Amino acid sequence: MYAFDFVRPKTVAEAVKALAAEDAQALGGGQTLIPTLKQRLAAPAVLVSLSGIAEMSGVSLSGGTLTIGGGTPHATVAKEARAAYPALAALAGGIGDPAVRSRGTIGGSLANNDPSACYPAAVLGSGATIVTDRREIAADDYFQGMFATALEPGEIITAVRFPVPEKAHYEKFAQPASRFALVGVFVARTGQGARVAVTGASADGVFRWAEAEKALSGGFSAAALAGLAPPTGDMISDLHGSAEYRAHLVKVLTGRAVAAA
Amino acid sequence: MPKVAMRVNGRAVSGEVEGRTLLVQFLREGLGMTGTHVGCDTSQCGACVVHVNGVPVKSCTAFALDLDGAEITTIEGMANADGSLGRVQQAFQDHHGLQCGFCTPGMVMSAAALLAENPTPSEAEIRTYLEGNICRCTGYHNIVKAVLAASGQDPATIAAE
Amino acid sequence: MPKDGIGAPMKRREDLRFLAGDGRYTDDINLHGQAYVWFLRSDVAHGRITRLDTAAAAAMPGVLRVITAEDFAHAGGMITAWQVTNRDGTPQAEPKHPILAEGKVRHIGEPIAGVVAETLEQARDAAEAIELEIEELPAVVDMAAALAPGAPKLHEDIDSNLCFDWGFVDDNKAKVDAAFESAHHVTTLELVNNRCVANAMEPRAAIGLYDRPMDHYTLYTTSQNPHVIRLVMGTFTLQIPEHKLRVVAPDVGGGFGSKIYNYNEECFVTHAAKLVGRPVKWTATRSEAFISDAQGRDHVTKIQLALDKDGMFLAFRTETMANLGAYLRLFATVTPTYLHGPAAGGPYRTPVAHVHVKGVFTNTVPVDAYRGAGRPEGSYQLERVVDKAAREMGIDQAEIRRRNFVKPEEFPYQTPMAVVYDSGNYHATLDKLLELSDYAGFAKRRAESEARGKLRGFGFSTWVEASGLAPSRLIGALGARAGLYESATVRVNPTGGISVLTGTHSHGQGHETVFAQIVADKLGIDAGLVDIVHGDSDKTPFGMGTYGSRSAAVGGSAIAKATDKIIAKAKKIAAHLLEASDADIEVADGKFTVAGTDKAVDWATICLTAYVPHNYPMETLEPGLEETAFYDPANFVYPAGAYGCEVEVDPDTGAVTVMRFVAADDFGVVLNPVVVAGQQHGGIAQGISQALLEHTVYDESGQLVSGSLMDYAILRAGDVPGFTVDHSCVTRCEHNPLGVKGCGEAGAIGAPPAVVNAVVDALQAGGYGIKDIDMPLTPSRVWAAMHEG
Repeated sequence: MYAFDFVRPKTVAEAVKALAAEDAQALGGGQTLIPTLKQRLAAPAVLVSLSGIAEMSGVSLSGGTLTIGGGTPHATVAKEARAAYPALAALAGGIGDPAVRSRGTIGGSLANNDPSACYPAAVLGSGATIVTDRREIAADDYFQGMFATALEPGEIITAVRFPVPEKAHYEKFAQPASRFALVGVFVARTGQGARVAVTGASADGVFRWAEAEKALSGGFSAAALAGLAPPTGDMISDLHGSAEYRAHLVKVLTGRAVAAA
Repeated sequence: MPKVAMRVNGRAVSGEVEGRTLLVQFLREGLGMTGTHVGCDTSQCGACVVHVNGVPVKSCTAFALDLDGAEITTIEGMANADGSLGRVQQAFQDHHGLQCGFCTPGMVMSAAALLAENPTPSEAEIRTYLEGNICRCTGYHNIVKAVLAASGQDPATIAAE
Repeated sequence: MPKDGIGAPMKRREDLRFLAGDGRYTDDINLHGQAYVWFLRSDVAHGRITRLDTAAAAAMPGVLRVITAEDFAHAGGMITAWQVTNRDGTPQAEPKHPILAEGKVRHIGEPIAGVVAETLEQARDAAEAIELEIEELPAVVDMAAALAPGAPKLHEDIDSNLCFDWGFVDDNKAKVDAAFESAHHVTTLELVNNRCVANAMEPRAAIGLYDRPMDHYTLYTTSQNPHVIRLVMGTFTLQIPEHKLRVVAPDVGGGFGSKIYNYNEECFVTHAAKLVGRPVKWTATRSEAFISDAQGRDHVTKIQLALDKDGMFLAFRTETMANLGAYLRLFATVTPTYLHGPAAGGPYRTPVAHVHVKGVFTNTVPVDAYRGAGRPEGSYQLERVVDKAAREMGIDQAEIRRRNFVKPEEFPYQTPMAVVYDSGNYHATLDKLLELSDYAGFAKRRAESEARGKLRGFGFSTWVEASGLAPSRLIGALGARAGLYESATVRVNPTGGISVLTGTHSHGQGHETVFAQIVADKLGIDAGLVDIVHGDSDKTPFGMGTYGSRSAAVGGSAIAKATDKIIAKAKKIAAHLLEASDADIEVADGKFTVAGTDKAVDWATICLTAYVPHNYPMETLEPGLEETAFYDPANFVYPAGAYGCEVEVDPDTGAVTVMRFVAADDFGVVLNPVVVAGQQHGGIAQGISQALLEHTVYDESGQLVSGSLMDYAILRAGDVPGFTVDHSCVTRCEHNPLGVKGCGEAGAIGAPPAVVNAVVDALQAGGYGIKDIDMPLTPSRVWAAMHEG
């Protein structure tokens, strides 16, 4: 790792200030950033840890909306969201491994927006709202391609608000080495219709599978998907699976997710 | 250089570290506690797992300064007060749950974390929980047996299907 | 009988330190004044170094020295230990393998320079300041392309990219071809044995230390064979005589073959310690391990099996290309030849066979032995083609094997592949497999799987290996440049405790426990009186180390022999004390008794007498009680087994789930059943991992695409069920004193074909007429095979 200064503010305001420094970089749980730093693929001058900010951690339910602090570890979500939003809790409980889940945070995952990460599927699939230190961003506006988001430099995800859907499920087919999603599909039935969000498959990152949503909005059952062609688009092709295979998996997993929801 | 202070295996420790100093480096190089191992650089293998405030953490993927004030337990802290092997450690010896010993510290710490969370896990739960710990020697069979035994269950129940 | 004698399920004593966090691995060692090296490695697979300017780097903070190939001008290249002879009688091609790149780089990760600095991060900072320019040359990764006319040539000092062109047994070829012409049926299979990265959980590490006044070097290293490193690195490469070099391999976190070889980094730190006057430490990152540890397997093979109308094997022949990577490591040429050829014969009575292998240099990381070393490759091709032949001829998989097995009464059995199987009972292990796996109930289980929408298959693999490397005379005739005996010193201390010094090395195998059991058994004393010392060339007698399932068969036999010498001398001491003839002395339960009487002395008295020889037969016997034995076996040992794997395939995703795995092995006499079962489990897991997950992928430019554990999958706990392992079918090894065979490589040899045959079975039963499929059977590959029409 290159050398850097390490600061650990206690409040969001302090963190925002610290991140205004030149080449400052926010650190969530570090489960992706630290390996990147080890490879010397990033060279921040200051690392601003968000782990000491109490106001950014926790899970709360209010009027059908589940709010998760941006600094909340996956393990906490898995435990504390179980009653209110089991599909989300199960997704959080399936990220990485137990030790990764102790440290990794929802805000860190969403800020990084790895094209194979699980959380983006839940956020987009739920139609959640990303709350930052300065504004609120709808999920549909937030994800802007592989590792790209609507966040401005220095902007911190302080919370994510999930409207709890009537039904939901996340179906993940793990890449066997990284345990990220080779393909992951999050389906939700909401008052406004069905949402289907796909991670792992596309070079553009998480996306909504519009045809499936349309089919499911007519009837939320696996059978409703039977006639659909697998999604097209810029599917990832790598040593773990061809583009064609990934597209096929999207369809299979969507069906399974709907059946399990 | 910044200073960090934490409790490791019940003992108050402190030291000067850099911003980039990882917890595992602080333990191994700063404190001379070499029981915690580094087996990879991508947070996959789990040889470095320790407990931080009671939960498992990959000590190669956490900065020492981020854990200022934390309560750390390492493999060196798992023995009984009289120095004999603790319950999970003893089960690993009893059931030949280790060979080369390199993944073992992390494996024991993960197993202990599981049992703290779930005192009588099923075989499937054990296998799933250990997905962040790679062992190249044992094929996991005897590790699973050891964890079953440590939980007071009959390790003979491990079987195909 | 002592409670922890041969065959007892003694708990491993080394576990106490490993479980307490008190293991002492190389990276745990820190020497006073130690400096650190970071290697600048090639990021291209093939190129000419046009500029290497280290001045700026040398001026960086904390830098002690930047070391390049010029600093090793006095040294030779790293050597290979076996000379394979080509079919035309010429020797293999042996290009120079420099410690640091000399003018050219030939694979990703090849070290070009090493920066030694006060801290590792300073060394790494300075390595980035080295001004390096490489003129990239076309790389060749594919073996067929490497052998094609006009292919980019890796080495200037040899004629082509061909290392050897070897036929075994070449005299058989005409007979084999004739058998094929008269065959009722010929089965042909083309397959790939996928390249694996060993990934022992402990990354390699090395610390060099130089004592200037004494002109003496010490190397701490992650090695399976410290004496071998001392010999080949010291004498041949760095030109340090053995008595001026100590090599210590302390606790080593797994090897699987990858820690046999003398590596560039070991040479570097040893010499660098002298150049900078400080101890120099290197510890690999996992990413470095992927581009610097020797990799395994990587064969492309066409195998053909000729059968008569009853399914009896008449002959087989194979054409293999073996990828050697860019350079030869220590066992690089013997692994795909002599370790692979005989294994291709398997447990069958095939009258004639011919194996043809071309060893090929490519711009990839060097390839060498990996758990099983050649024998997995041989067994894989044979068990796959037997499986296919049975399908084509409509013969049951168990039946075709049984028909062709060497019969129990035919041992010793001269194979057509030069080796003689001394003992075995392949029918017994197959029967045991059928029983333990409830093969009879498979159809029912298949129906249950089908009801759940899953395809189910059962795959067989029956294997035999030549292990326990090896008789020196035989391997010398085949091209080995070393002997493969093993050594042991049994040092009895004055008050009866025993230190056993072995030339083998334990890096997971449990020698500290199992070897003590041998001595305890023979003397009838408590194993607690026996300690095992290994891994230090200054302490142990010259030995060849641990690989090839040789530790028990060769190293254990050396210990048994040395213990026999101790007993012989102890009997003389007892005879003196008891005023009897030593021929009349019997040893049991730690007592030396005059046969047929109650006159006896105990072990403690004998030991004390040997070292305090006040009352002692000084005229005929030296004082002291310490004996050394070197054991060179008369033959290989031939462990064998029958494996059954049951899988479910998800037709929607191609995902393969191992539902059951049963192994019935014959390892000869079992020294410790718990340790042996552990070896079975581990080998099986590695075999399943190769079959389903492990995928070493280079792109056309020679970049390693699967260069970290983020992309290179290794089996995890959730990927497998529990295994059923058995080693109750015992035929003694006929030529070593313990009757033991070897168990370390078994699973890695037997498991891959069982897994793949099971998947083929599942798919064919499911109506998918797949042509063929190669490892690793990733979901996407299985799915693609199901849908390729």
